[in-house]
Amino acid sequence: MGCGRVGTMIATVLWEEGNHVIVLDANPESLRRLPEELQKEAMVGDGSLEEDLRRGGIEISDAFVAVSTGDTTNVLAAQMAKHVFQVGKVVCRIDDPACFEMYKELGLNAVSSTQLISNLILQAVHS
Amino acid sequence: MYIIVVGAGKMGYHLTKALLKDEHEVIIVERSAPKCEAIREELGSMVIVGDGCEESVLREAGASRADVFITVTGVDEDNLVACQIAKHRFQVGRTISLINNPSNEKLFVELGVDVCVSSTDIILSHIEEELPEHSLVHFMALRGSNREIVGIRIPPDAAVVGQVLGEVPIPDDSLISFVLRKDGTLVVPDREAILGSEDEVVAITTAEGEEALRDVLTGIA
Repeated sequence: MGCGRVGTMIATVLWEEGNHVIVLDANPESLRRLPEELQKEAMVGDGSLEEDLRRGGIEISDAFVAVSTGDTTNVLAAQMAKHVFQVGKVVCRIDDPACFEMYKELGLNAVSSTQLISNLILQAVHS
Repeated sequence: MYIIVVGAGKMGYHLTKALLKDEHEVIIVERSAPKCEAIREELGSMVIVGDGCEESVLREAGASRADVFITVTGVDEDNLVACQIAKHRFQVGRTISLINNPSNEKLFVELGVDVCVSSTDIILSHIEEELPEHSLVHFMALRGSNREIVGIRIPPDAAVVGQVLGEVPIPDDSLISFVLRKDGTLVVPDREAILGSEDEVVAITTAEGEEALRDVLTGIA
C-alpha cells in the first residue's frame, strides 16, 4: 500500500524475486511508476478502507506492507491487516519518530524512514 | 474533569461549547491555525495549534493529566492514532472517538478505544425509526461481543399476531428482552405472553441473526 518511490522499489524487488504483488494507491498517477507487468494488477484504492483491502486480496495474502507517506493511514491499514485480517507478516512505515517508538512497543513491525536516514547521515558526518 | 478535544470542526466546536457549559476544563487541539484563531476569539485561550497525532503536541495539551480524551476529526486514521497515543503514552482513562466509516468501529474497539461514536450509524438508526416500512431498528452494539440490541415492530398482518411467545420459533442466537405494547405499557414477556399487532419487540441478537429474527416476527401469515 502506497506507490511512492519507496513503495515502487519494494514492489518491484519483491516481484522480481518471484512473489505475487498487488500495489494499492489512492492516486492513479502514482501507479505509473510501476513496471508494466505490475501495473496490470495494481489498484486505485484507499488502504485505510476495509473494503479496498479486501478487493486487493488481503484475505489470502501472506504479507502486507504499508509505505504511504501518511503515518496515520499506514498505522490504521497495518493494524487492520494484523488484527482484522490476521495477515502473517505486516510491515508499517512510520516517519514520526515518537509515534514509531510507541507502535514498536505495541508490537507493530514498524520502520521509520526518518530515523534510518538520520542515522545514516549522522554516521556519514561522524566518519 | 479535564478534557482534551482533538479536531475543531463543527462537531469539535459545539462539543467544546457544551462541555464548557457543564463546567469542564477543556483544551482543543487543531491543526488549522485560522480555525484555532476563530475559536480563540469566541471561547478564549483554550486552543493549541498542532497535530493531535503527535506526542509532543498532546504533552503540551496536558494529556498526562487528562481524564477524558475525545477525537472528532473527519479522518478516522487520525482519530485512531491520537487515541492510541493518549492511551499508551499518557494513560488517559477514557478515550472517545468519532467514527466516520462504520466499518472501522470493530478495529477501534479491538485496539482499545473506550467509546466509539459512529455518526453514520446514529443517523441511520434515526432514519430507520422514522421510516414506517422499516421494521427493524438498530439501537446499539454491545461492546466486546458480536451482539446488538434491536427493535422490531410487529405489523398488523404478521403471522405472529395473537400467538403465544413460547410457540414462536425465535432463532437460537436471539433473546427477547421486553415488549413495548401499542398503548405504551412495557412487558417483560414470559413464554405465555401473547404478541400483538404494532408491538415493539426489543431483542438482543447478532448481526447474522437479525434478519432471521425479523422474518419470524414480521412474516405475513
